[in-house]
Amino acid sequence: MTVPLDPTEKFAAFAHPSRLVSTAWLADHRTDAGLVVVESDEDVLLYEVGHIRGAVKIDWHTDLNDKVNRDYIDGTAFAALMSSKGIARDSTIVVYGDKSNWWAAYALWVFTLFGHEDVRLLDGGRTKWLAEEREMTTDASPVAPTNYPVVERIDAPIRAFKADVLAHFGNPLIDVRSDEEYSGARTTMPAYPEEGALRGGHIPTAASVPWARAAAEDSTFKTRAELDGIYRTEAGLTDDDDVIAYCRIGERSSHTWFVLTHLLGFENVRNYDGSWTEWGNAVAVPIAIGTAPGTAPGTAPGTASAQHR
Amino acid sequence: MSALPAQLAEIQEDFLALEQKDRLLLLLEFANELPELPQQFQDHPDLLERVVECQSPVFIFVDLDADGAFHLHATAPRESPTTRGFASILAQGLEGLSAEQVFAVPDDYPLSIGLTEAVSPLRLRGMSAMLGRAKRQLRERLG
Repeated sequence: MTVPLDPTEKFAAFAHPSRLVSTAWLADHRTDAGLVVVESDEDVLLYEVGHIRGAVKIDWHTDLNDKVNRDYIDGTAFAALMSSKGIARDSTIVVYGDKSNWWAAYALWVFTLFGHEDVRLLDGGRTKWLAEEREMTTDASPVAPTNYPVVERIDAPIRAFKADVLAHFGNPLIDVRSDEEYSGARTTMPAYPEEGALRGGHIPTAASVPWARAAAEDSTFKTRAELDGIYRTEAGLTDDDDVIAYCRIGERSSHTWFVLTHLLGFENVRNYDGSWTEWGNAVAVPIAIGTAPGTAPGTAPGTASAQHR
Repeated sequence: MSALPAQLAEIQEDFLALEQKDRLLLLLEFANELPELPQQFQDHPDLLERVVECQSPVFIFVDLDADGAFHLHATAPRESPTTRGFASILAQGLEGLSAEQVFAVPDDYPLSIGLTEAVSPLRLRGMSAMLGRAKRQLRERLG
C-alpha cells in the first residue's frame, strides 16, 4: 500500500479517513503506481460520454450482478472482472460516480464483500469533478490485465438477508428511501421505474433517514458533525448498535452503509440488498404503513407475550 | 413482426450486427443525435410529458403534421446519455410514420434490438415506457 492518504482536514474527523479522497488529491495522484480509478454510474453510457483520464468502468447491472441468480457475481467472476480492469489484489481503488456517488458506494460495498482492502471514494464524485472543470476524456484507458486471485465472497459481516432481518427486530433498522416509499404511498422512488413490489410501506420499527440527507449540495459527504446529528442525535443510533440499512434494491443503502461504517465508525452495519423489492413481495412478513415506525411483530400493544405467527 | 416499419427494422439490424461493446457506442451515437426541441416546444414546456419510468428526467411530445406524419420530440439532460439514446432511437425510428404504423409497432421492440445484455432489461423498461406513452399520447391526440 504505497499510495498515500489524502490529509484533507474534513476527512480527519471521520472514523476511517483513509476511505475518502478529494478531487484535488486525485488530480495530483491519478497516475500513482498501484492506483486504479474506477467510474461506476447509474447511467450505463455516462462513462463513454467522458471520464477521468485513465479511469476504468464498472457497471452495477452488467458487471457486478449475476446474470441468472438474483445475487452478486462469485469469486471466479470477480477475479476475471478485476483482472480485466487492471486491478490487482493490492491495488488502491478510487471509485467515483454520478448521483452523489450512490453507485460508486454500491461498487465499494461489493468490492468489500470480496475483502478488497484499499477502496476509497472520491468525495463529491463525478459531479464535483465536472463542476471544478477538471479534465475529462473519451480516450480509451490503457489497461494492463492483472491476475487477480479468486477469493471467496464473504457476505455475513456486511450483507443481510431476509431471514437476518426477521431475526433482527429489537435492533435498529434504517430505511433510506424517500418519505413516500416509507409511508407506503408509493413502492418506487419518485421519478423511477416501477420495479415491482406488491405491497407498500416499511419494515416495522425502521427509522426513516433518506440516504441523500448524508450528501451536501455539491455531492460531497456532509461533515462529521452534521452526520452525527442525523444518525446519532435524530435517528438515535449508538456505538454498539447492530444496524441493518435497506432501500429498494440495496443501492441507496450502500451509500448509508458507507456513511455509518466508514465515516461514523459503526462496526456492525449490514446492507439488506433484497430490500423492498424482496420484502414488499414476500409472503407473511410484517409491514408497517404510514409515517410512524410501527412496532416489532409480537410486541404490539395488547398482544400476549407468547408470540403467535 | 411483419408490422415493423423499415426504419425501426434497420435500427434493429444495425444493433444486432455489432458486438455487445459496440452496441453501447451505437447507443451513444443515437444519444448525440437527439435533436434540440423545436422552438414551439421550448417555449411551451407545459406541452411536454415526463416519462416517469425513466431514471432521468426525460420529456416527450408527439405530434401529427398536416400530412398525417408522426413526429416524436424529446428532451433529456446531457448527463443522461442512455435515456437520450432511447429517445433518439424512437424519434428516428418512428419519424414520419402514419398513426396506424405507430400503433402497430410491437410493444416489445425495445427488448428486440440486442441491448438487454449491454444495457440490462431493467434500464430498457424506460424505453418501453417511452414507446407506450408515445402511443397513448397519439391515441389522445386522435381523440
